[in-house]
Amino acid sequence: MDQRIAKRPPAQFASVSRDKWTEPFWSAAAKRELHLSRCSDCGRFRMPPTPFCPACRSQRIEWVHYRGPAILYSFTIVDRAIVAGMEESLPYVPAIVEFPDAQNVRLITNLVDCMIGEIEIGMRVQLIWSEATEGLVLPVFTLEAKSAESIRQ
Amino acid sequence: MNVSASVSAQRTIKNKAAIVGVGATPYYKRAESDPQTLEELVGKAILAALEDAGLAAEDVDGFAYFAGGFDTGYLMETLGIPEVRFSATLTGTGGGSAGSIGLAASAIVSGSADVVVCVGANKQSVQRYGSITSAYPATPANAFFGTTGLVGPGHIFALLARRHMHLYGTRREHFAEVALSARANAMSNPEARMRKPMTRDDYFAAPMLADPHCLFDFCLETDGAVAVVLTTPDRAKDLRQRPVNVLAAAHGGAREWGRSIYWMNMPDEVFASSGHGAVAKRLYADAGVEPGDIDCAQFYDHFTSQVIMQIEDYGFCARGEGGPFVAEGNIRFDGGSLPINTDGGQLSAGYVWGMTHVREAVEQLRGTACNQLASAELALVTGGPSNLPVSGLILARS
Repeated sequence: MDQRIAKRPPAQFASVSRDKWTEPFWSAAAKRELHLSRCSDCGRFRMPPTPFCPACRSQRIEWVHYRGPAILYSFTIVDRAIVAGMEESLPYVPAIVEFPDAQNVRLITNLVDCMIGEIEIGMRVQLIWSEATEGLVLPVFTLEAKSAESIRQ
Repeated sequence: MNVSASVSAQRTIKNKAAIVGVGATPYYKRAESDPQTLEELVGKAILAALEDAGLAAEDVDGFAYFAGGFDTGYLMETLGIPEVRFSATLTGTGGGSAGSIGLAASAIVSGSADVVVCVGANKQSVQRYGSITSAYPATPANAFFGTTGLVGPGHIFALLARRHMHLYGTRREHFAEVALSARANAMSNPEARMRKPMTRDDYFAAPMLADPHCLFDFCLETDGAVAVVLTTPDRAKDLRQRPVNVLAAAHGGAREWGRSIYWMNMPDEVFASSGHGAVAKRLYADAGVEPGDIDCAQFYDHFTSQVIMQIEDYGFCARGEGGPFVAEGNIRFDGGSLPINTDGGQLSAGYVWGMTHVREAVEQLRGTACNQLASAELALVTGGPSNLPVSGLILARS
């Protein structure tokens, strides 16, 4: 079992460009709230947010504060620096997380602070907030408390 | 009778354009093509393709590109091409390599141009492709993956590979077989970059870059250019080489794939795929052939896992059975039911945006390949699994 702990991804990649459609996601993240976008007319969730609903073409959008479960959909373990500056962050774990209470829309994110050998697709993961650089707070995930407990012991 | 289907059949490009010339620079290790410029590599490949065909630069009147293309005006200026009547590029990136041949055929079939050049080239002195994702511009859309440290395409596709393993039981041994098969073919290709034997132990000893992708699951980082010349079947008859006919070419794809690796919200049924399903269906229908008719396939092998998923999307086995399919020896040059990437592919011969695959298919169908198959009548070529459009091509021996 790989007992190493998943680190934060390299801070050099932590920059976020925004437009009117994506801004609400990042401003909610700054307040440490995960907001997902939903069509105000037909109720279809979509992530990332885009100017039109692909189901009904409406431009009316609303942001839902998501407090439901999160499931690990897939992940990769980055274990080698191919860009200068990555070295200190290895290993880190880019991941895709799915939200069952939001029609299974997904977010590309990171798993952090958990034992790499314990990570499995389908696990419930827990949202935590990571201040990647000053003023930029990103949603990342860790294994739920039961798994985390075993790491501490 | 289905009227629209019959009209559609009449409107294909089947056998209405032929590949008559292929040319390439040597395949250089990343940045070792210096001090040649990118445009110089492109020009050398084009001149070699024209020489191969028995055509002159003055004969060229069209360009069909992909992945951003090149500056047609500059190429005309430096190569002395007097007039161009067609200059177009597919959108997207490496997904369009095979499809650019279809774009050229469209120009010929429509009468827009008579002698059309397709060309792909890389020069990685400034930016290596292995980490190209980290160099993408900071756009609002890129923000949704850019912060996570997915620095290169091989890192992003690792997420699809792991899902495929989870859903279908695919194993690293299966990825290894794709890498070992490519290396075995490269060993007898004098132009391949990697000609040392690779063993299973070598594969498993390689550094893990983005688990489950190790070093040998990634393609090479190559500098070089490959150009292809197409013309009408009539004109092809009088040229230097046995023509290779364009049976069908298709590009595009389904909305459910869309931006794919930059979106990651594909439905679960297609997430762990190559996104080629819609293109494959169209390609076979237009060509009037089935997977069982294909003699060899040149799959865009940027990553071993995506070769397995393309084998599934092109119907050589069912979804999820690509791992066992390769494990049974089916993709081997020596006795496999579907020899693939017979030049060593992008994994071991050279990576030139997929155009090496067009070159190898043409050589197989001419009967001049380094690893020549005994029977090669039909060859499948694919463009890179990526954001749409993706593309495919079926070529036929004349």
